[in-house]
Amino acid sequence: MIDFMNTTNKAHKRSMTESQFGYLMVMPALLCIGLIALYPVVQTFWLSLHRLRLQFPDMTKFIGLQNYITIFNDDRFINATINTVEFTVISVALELVFGLGIAMLMNKEYKGRGLMRAAALVPWAIPTTVSAMMWKFIYNDQLGVLNDILVKLHIIPEYKAWLGSEATAMGAAIAADVWKTTPFMALLLLAGLQVIPKELYEAATVDGASPWRQFTTITLPLLRPTILVALIFRTLDAFRVFDLIYVLTGGGPGNSTETLSVYAYKTLFRNMDFGMGSTLAVLIFIFIFIISLIYIRILSSGGKED
Amino acid sequence: MFYIMVITVMVLILFPFIWQILTSIKSESELWSIPPVWIPKKINLDHYYSVFIKRPFLTYIKNSFIVALSTTVFSVFVASFAAYALARLRFKGKNIILSLVLAVSMFPGIAIVSPLYIFMMNIHLLNTYIGLIIPYTTFTLPLAIWNLTTFFKEIPFELEESARVDGATYMQTFIRIIFPLAAPGVFTTAILSFISAWNEFLFALVFNTKDAMRTVPVAIAMFPGEHELPWGDMAAASVVVTIPLIIMVLIFQRRIISGLTAGAIKG
Repeated sequence: MIDFMNTTNKAHKRSMTESQFGYLMVMPALLCIGLIALYPVVQTFWLSLHRLRLQFPDMTKFIGLQNYITIFNDDRFINATINTVEFTVISVALELVFGLGIAMLMNKEYKGRGLMRAAALVPWAIPTTVSAMMWKFIYNDQLGVLNDILVKLHIIPEYKAWLGSEATAMGAAIAADVWKTTPFMALLLLAGLQVIPKELYEAATVDGASPWRQFTTITLPLLRPTILVALIFRTLDAFRVFDLIYVLTGGGPGNSTETLSVYAYKTLFRNMDFGMGSTLAVLIFIFIFIISLIYIRILSSGGKED
Repeated sequence: MFYIMVITVMVLILFPFIWQILTSIKSESELWSIPPVWIPKKINLDHYYSVFIKRPFLTYIKNSFIVALSTTVFSVFVASFAAYALARLRFKGKNIILSLVLAVSMFPGIAIVSPLYIFMMNIHLLNTYIGLIIPYTTFTLPLAIWNLTTFFKEIPFELEESARVDGATYMQTFIRIIFPLAAPGVFTTAILSFISAWNEFLFALVFNTKDAMRTVPVAIAMFPGEHELPWGDMAAASVVVTIPLIIMVLIFQRRIISGLTAGAIKG
């Protein structure tokens, strides 16, 4: 009986075509993605068309694009957008420059190179909230070691409240982000550097090209695709920054570090305003979508040139 | 000159964490002294004691561990099926599926957290493990699929063909031949999934609000009370959760680096 079942089962499986089997295999993953990522995005959009406060569910009402009109006239939204763009552009630019420098250091052969590569993974592996806590203590106005170092080096005359002042809070947040993600950027770029044939540099050296010229004529052009991919990952990551800001400053002082994700979170789960919060979430999603499109265009046009 | 640069970079990378270790072993009076004491006079383990005995820190670690491990198992399981198909089978729409998977990895969590919250509330999955494992699995899938696809592609096709000639079904070839041969890739994928689930913050913050159900990142973020900042406890807790990650990273650094860059460079 059991044998009989097995044979029919096998026969059945054998009759399945390759493409049928292929679809069967990707199905669980697609179901997960569909149910937990794609469908909720559509739902978020649907919620954004409603007045919906979780503590007053009876007052829920479809209001069309009213939330969007409100949000575009909201100074706090405009402020959060500017903060997000500022955070993203400055931190990603710094990460690229430092990351490239570190990648080139790691690409050279010397004793302890393995140690350096391992060290570069440390900030990446530490949970963002934990690293945010670490920096919060380093930046502390009284106990923080940053003040101690800078005063002892006579760079600043007296202790400063780095996270407590609107002038320095964003810079401090950016520095913490740069610390956490530059090593990761460096590892990505290192992988790209290692693919560049060494002979190119040897030939250039024979021709008498300076190191800077070798960098601009060989390294940068050949590294371009890797740089672009690294930039996409980091830009999208930085644009949705939440943990770091939430723990480090909570968006303050005076909303000076509040990014779109933090604003959306507060609207959703502090004010329990799911209509307006979803509107913010949809806008973040649209911004990210636009950024991806721009990068994909640059990437594909780069592909045609090669 | 070159070594000075290398050392500077190393110091910049490692200093914050070393400072955290130093902070965690200071006595209370050293901790609050101005200017800061750099090296504590003697190793003081009060903060570690406080973290484990006065706070339910072991519970947080247990929560994180259960959630991250389950996520890893599910994610590797589901992703390896998909990756096998995408790497080695012929069917239409592969590129569309891969692009879709990549697109999902760029999703901002905040864009879906509100409907998921309502959904989890309605089916009573707030403050449960499974309520976190489900969304985490979905979010670790993209990296897992891309990674495993790269690994599966490297296995010679002849092996599969000869197995098929011997009468093995697709599923048998996958389980008996491809999956074991890709073991290092599967392992790398597992590490990456585990770390990303272990470190996640937003969903854990929103879905699991009961103290007994909190994961480590959320718990540490909640350490500061209304009137006190237990810097020593926070430092000790950070060290405790970071050391295992660092050891893991040091042991598997080659695999982790190749795993992280595989998707980015080859994709």
